[in-house]
Amino acid sequence: MSTPIVRLFVLVILLFVLLFVWTSRWTVLEASSLNRNPLNVRPLLAELKVKGGRILAADGTVLAKPIPGPGGTWRRAYPTGLLFAQPVGYSIAAQGRSSGLEASWAAQLRGDQSGIGSIFGQLNPKPVGNDVYTTLDPKAQRVAQQALGGQHGAVVALDPRTGAVLVMYANPSYDDNHPDATGPNVSTFNRATEGAYAPGSTFKIVTATAAIDSGKYTESSLVNGNSPITVSGVPLANDFNQSWGPVNLIVAMTNSINTVFAQLAETVGRRPMTDYMKRFGFYAKPTLDYPASELRASRPYSSSGHAYPPGSPSEDIGRIGIGQGGLQVTPLQMAMVAAAVANGGRLMTPHLTSRVVNPDGATVQTVKPTVNSQVMSAASARQVTQMMQKVVEEGTGSTVQIPGVTIAGKTGTAEIGASGSNLTQPSFVAFAPVQSPKVAIAVMVDSSHGGFGATVAAPIARAVLQTLISEGR
Amino acid sequence: MSARNRELVGLIPASLLVTAGFAGVFIQRSGALSNVSLTYGAIFLGLCLAGHVFIRVTLPHADPYMFPLVALLSSFGIVMIYRINATLARQQAQWLVLGLVLFAATIIFFRDYRKLERYRYTIVAVSLALLMLPRVPGVGYSANGAYLGIHVPGLFVFQPAEFAKIGLVIFLASYLRDTRQVLVMGARRVLGLTLPPLKHLGPVLVIWGIAMLILVVLHDIGSSLMFYGGLLAVLYVATNRVSFVVIGLLAFAAGAWYLGTHIVHVHARVETWLHPFDPRLYHAPLGSYQLANSIFAQAAGGLFGQGFGQAQLTLPGGGSLLPAAQTDMIYAVITNELGLFGATAVLVASLLFIARGFKTALLARDSFSTLLASGLSATLALQVFVIVGGVTRVIPLTGVTLPFVSYGGSSIVANFVLLALLLLISDRARRPAR
Repeated sequence: MSTPIVRLFVLVILLFVLLFVWTSRWTVLEASSLNRNPLNVRPLLAELKVKGGRILAADGTVLAKPIPGPGGTWRRAYPTGLLFAQPVGYSIAAQGRSSGLEASWAAQLRGDQSGIGSIFGQLNPKPVGNDVYTTLDPKAQRVAQQALGGQHGAVVALDPRTGAVLVMYANPSYDDNHPDATGPNVSTFNRATEGAYAPGSTFKIVTATAAIDSGKYTESSLVNGNSPITVSGVPLANDFNQSWGPVNLIVAMTNSINTVFAQLAETVGRRPMTDYMKRFGFYAKPTLDYPASELRASRPYSSSGHAYPPGSPSEDIGRIGIGQGGLQVTPLQMAMVAAAVANGGRLMTPHLTSRVVNPDGATVQTVKPTVNSQVMSAASARQVTQMMQKVVEEGTGSTVQIPGVTIAGKTGTAEIGASGSNLTQPSFVAFAPVQSPKVAIAVMVDSSHGGFGATVAAPIARAVLQTLISEGR
Repeated sequence: MSARNRELVGLIPASLLVTAGFAGVFIQRSGALSNVSLTYGAIFLGLCLAGHVFIRVTLPHADPYMFPLVALLSSFGIVMIYRINATLARQQAQWLVLGLVLFAATIIFFRDYRKLERYRYTIVAVSLALLMLPRVPGVGYSANGAYLGIHVPGLFVFQPAEFAKIGLVIFLASYLRDTRQVLVMGARRVLGLTLPPLKHLGPVLVIWGIAMLILVVLHDIGSSLMFYGGLLAVLYVATNRVSFVVIGLLAFAAGAWYLGTHIVHVHARVETWLHPFDPRLYHAPLGSYQLANSIFAQAAGGLFGQGFGQAQLTLPGGGSLLPAAQTDMIYAVITNELGLFGATAVLVASLLFIARGFKTALLARDSFSTLLASGLSATLALQVFVIVGGVTRVIPLTGVTLPFVSYGGSSIVANFVLLALLLLISDRARRPAR
């Protein structure tokens, strides 16, 4: 009876080989597709069990932290709520939803392992994520919130030397502990990075840069400031239809003379103007460490709402030169414009975070300042700075003056709504101190009844600038 | 080195595994190593040593590898069960003690196990009665539509099939020892197939009938495949006729197909086996949730697993991610925590034990011993195949235990009796002639 026993054993071996092959199939051969199967809740549960890292302000204030949930899981809590909700965002792992820094830094906050760790399974018995330190300044952020005083709008402040975002506040905001709550003054829409504002006269900084850096003008070039003139076949007038006669660029900037800047833009030409706008970052989403879906490119749009391709012949370049002509910008973009002038013409890439620290306290990633583009020469930047300084000293921006601090700025007041509605979109763009600029800021307010950049936006910028500079920036 | 000393050395891996395993689970639980894990290891090692000393005294010539292999599988099991539920592990440890007691009792009372032959009709009657018990109103109960257990209220849950499998093999080994010559000699060839004489075909038909009955009664393809396969294995060893096996398997396939399409529960099991990732079946009651999550758990294990104590078995809000983790799904838990390597270790340990069983069958000096040893080994092999095959989706999933590893008193006790029988046969076969 030995032959059948041996054969029987061979059959058993074959059956066991079958078991081995099938186990290999699930554990190795088809493992990755099984892990992606929508019915498989294990990857999600593993994520829920990760004690995610914190998000902190520059001074260590906790903006987001993990709190324990049921069954060894963790969820996110936001101690500062709506003050920082727009930049920080939220993350609900159970629903696979996230936004803001929570989304753009998700991998570091989860402490995702790579390489050997992911091949051999979770080596760390209790997965803990890394802490992400932002560059945001809580004190200035709160001042921005208070200064806006419930008006819809946004404040963005940058360190022009590094590109670090110091303040990013947009109103209305929301409580990121309850991102689905609705209400009259609740919005997850981040006006600072997504808002489409008419820049108005603040855009004259860009036009002046193009005019001077292209070599066609200097700050003392004389241009006819009479009103009205015809731009693209349509008359264009100055405020109160005032004619200034021949004025130099400093006077034109100080008094925000529309007809001068429209002529500058037309003389510089469509292509060079577009080129300078691109150098400032227009026509593209800023390379911020923030989800691309929550960033908007600043550029001109046709009246029917289509984005003009860069340098399109349909653009009214003269009106674009004074911030009209369908131009739509984000507060972040206008802060970048101020920062480029402030930093000697060199635009630093904006960033919201400074470093990533692991649970042992070791810095695992440092966000180093990088140059986004050389927008203009240092000499051109000096001339544009001088023009902007005059605006604050004796022009439209005198409302922003701070004793002992020299400020360079530009007001903007775009007329929105039907003609005669008196509805405006006030804005203010500035940097300070002029001698060694440490802060660049843009303030944009959604709408005002007859308010101006100087009266509505500039005081907000003044409060935030004062806070940041008194902190030793 | 003598056989018994080899056995003693063979116990070292099991004791190391159980200690390391408990330590691993403890570290995961509390972040600190507790001396309780060492205590568990020591108790387990003590039990192994007691068993070893008992074998040394009573069966000095028995196979030296079977007991250490069983110890290894049991230690795998108790660590995994401890990891799932500490209370269940304590119960399992108690079952292991009871198993060792019955192991000793079997060896003492059936020292000449051949006297079992005298009671073969009693044994087969009791075995069949045991199989029917789960359908008896009041004590029987069904799990997932299959009738595999009986419930004595307030006392215990009992899975009679674990004992019936041994009884049926004893009966068949004994019956075929007498009739195997006739079955072979009287065979005729019809249409290229070797058929046994009609009057002796009876027992084969009876076996087929038993298997179909099991299928009808228990509603379970896997269990009936295990019983039927074990019985066919004995028939094949007794007659050395492949054709008998082929006819038997064809008859089984026909019966299984008919019942699979006509018994709702069996049909559902086949459907979930074919389409475990169909969202409709996944969310349906008695659907593919368990099987799909078994496969997901294995996928999460990868090559080396997530480590002792790392498997995710429950959902954060309550509810089970891997139902029946400690019994049917223990192989999936092992794969999840120890990966393909750990799972292969369990398969190899089981296969080595089965190999020692067949080796014993080869060494046995009388037909009854040979048939009994090969029948018990084949049944055990098929039990491993049925449950691991079910968990890994080779065949439809069935609720049988993984021998020596799964949680369950009936399973542990019955398999220790099976071990005792194999060691008895082995001791007699290897005893030097006087």
